[in-house]
Amino acid sequence: MEKVLMKGNEAIAESAIRAGGLVYFCYPLTPQSEVAEYLARRMPEVGGAYLQAESEVAVANMVYGAAGAGARAWTTSSSPGISLMMEGISYIAGSELPAVFVNIVRAGPGLGGILPSQGDYFQAVKGGGHGDYRCLVLAPSSVQEAVDMMPLAFDRADRYRNPVMVVGDGMIGQMMEPVEFKEWNFPPLPPKDWATTGAKGRKPNIVNSLYLNPAIEEELNVRLAAKYEKMRREEVRFEEYNTDKPYRVLLVAYGTTARICKTAIAQLAAQGITAALLRPISLFPFPDAKVLELGRKAEFLLSVEMSMGQMVEDVHSAMGHEKPVHFFGRSGGIVPSPEEVVTAVKARLEGGKS
Amino acid sequence: MKTLFKRPESLTDVATHYCPGCTHGIAHRLIAEVIDELGLRERTVGIAPVGCSVLAFNYFNMDFQQAAHGRAPALATGIKRARPDLICFTYQGDGDLASIGMAEIIHAANRGEKFTVVFINNAVYGMTGGQMAPTTMPGQVTTTSPKGRDVNDVGYPIRMCELLASLRTPGFIERVAVHTPQQVVKTRRILKTAFELQRDNKCFTFVEVLSTCPTNWGMTPFDATKWLQEHMVPYYPLQNFKKFEDEESTKPQASSSKPEGGTNAG
Repeated sequence: MEKVLMKGNEAIAESAIRAGGLVYFCYPLTPQSEVAEYLARRMPEVGGAYLQAESEVAVANMVYGAAGAGARAWTTSSSPGISLMMEGISYIAGSELPAVFVNIVRAGPGLGGILPSQGDYFQAVKGGGHGDYRCLVLAPSSVQEAVDMMPLAFDRADRYRNPVMVVGDGMIGQMMEPVEFKEWNFPPLPPKDWATTGAKGRKPNIVNSLYLNPAIEEELNVRLAAKYEKMRREEVRFEEYNTDKPYRVLLVAYGTTARICKTAIAQLAAQGITAALLRPISLFPFPDAKVLELGRKAEFLLSVEMSMGQMVEDVHSAMGHEKPVHFFGRSGGIVPSPEEVVTAVKARLEGGKS
Repeated sequence: MKTLFKRPESLTDVATHYCPGCTHGIAHRLIAEVIDELGLRERTVGIAPVGCSVLAFNYFNMDFQQAAHGRAPALATGIKRARPDLICFTYQGDGDLASIGMAEIIHAANRGEKFTVVFINNAVYGMTGGQMAPTTMPGQVTTTSPKGRDVNDVGYPIRMCELLASLRTPGFIERVAVHTPQQVVKTRRILKTAFELQRDNKCFTFVEVLSTCPTNWGMTPFDATKWLQEHMVPYYPLQNFKKFEDEESTKPQASSSKPEGGTNAG
């Protein structure tokens, strides 16, 4: 199939449709409103359901209702809107429903700014809403990867009956790149025999997250924990870059920041400093084992982020005290330059401190 | 032998947790009878709220989803948009619908979502132990209005039917009660109309049911029905607010892009 030039937000929308994400609810918010604008036109053409809701609170609960009735329901938003969706996401996780949430992250906290950020890492990978749950979290670093991720996100949401969150910074949503929509063949999914589709010839299906009996609530928590363990075994995704030859520094970065690190690695090489990159693609589950394996070969690790330091805690946790783990980040919507990353690496090589 | 009275198929054969004298049981039964009568049980999805009726899914013999507090109309919207062939109703109390869920109910009504809302108004938060609700009567003592609802401090109770009837889109809005046999019979008829309109894909349908809460009102069930009649009915008149008659009256006129003035055609 030939490539077409598309803006990230529109490419995500088109890819979701092709993956069968035909029930979409939204609320406008920069920098992801193009998804809604695209789908307002496109959904009627493909016989899908599109609705602009009254708030992100309502959006997440509409997704909850539609997912409960067996639909491939999804939404997109940006940081402040995702915060409002946390109620619904928690209920979706608690009721074990599949749904896909795309967060085109902007700077924060509060209303923040509309420029790219990775400041929602904690919210995305540590639960976010109330209660003992997790989302499967995927982070694309190009428009093509975002396009490829949507079918995977829907498949895994269905397979695990769990919310999947695709976390792209504002760069991913706004930039235009050539993309190709591939055909995907996932193994068959189990039937949605739990969905509320009308109790015809069967017992009623109840979509619910209320368990007043603590023993039964704990059963749910144990079942969810087993699900997350399975994700840790089977859903870890990452990219290694330049790790096939010796390196002094291991950069760890995801999303747009990882692309900047690749340029920085080339600039470092020109100055005689060897560096490699580990790019987590799944943020939960986090590639802990890979961090440890690759980190052991480096003098130190540098987590590069568009935040004041969030993923670095997971890098630390994976690496333990075996090697120093340093952090470099820009925030507020400022994208770090390759030169800044180079400077940060050299400062730690020379100074030996973060 | 002719059967004169039996449990509707749409109810499960379990005892409810509702307090003696509470009218939830009557409302449940009426909904179940209507769904049975219309033959809709096998394609109905109910939405349970947060409140005393949070466990409604245990009492209705049909598919159910349990909503976050106030969000039942959003869930119902999601279900009906994804599966317009299903019948969907929300069952919500006054704290759920008129306080935390105000945005969801107003906008679902204004979009003309094709589901049915059964709004149980008993003027108090029941499950959490009798706190003041948006529908608590002026002067009514609750655990959070120990000197009675002070309208100068927290305003007058919200009349949801009247509020929603000010919108052009919603097609059927009626307030009923279940504190007398006559009212019970009438409520059954109104619920049937609401579900018929939904079945025929006509309009948003809203039925407010004035209800008693003897436990939190601190009254006997009999005194509670008297209090409802004397205090609630004058403020919350039992009447129809919108009848679905003329299709044109509830549909926006596609040809006009200018703001419209004139009368509310509802």
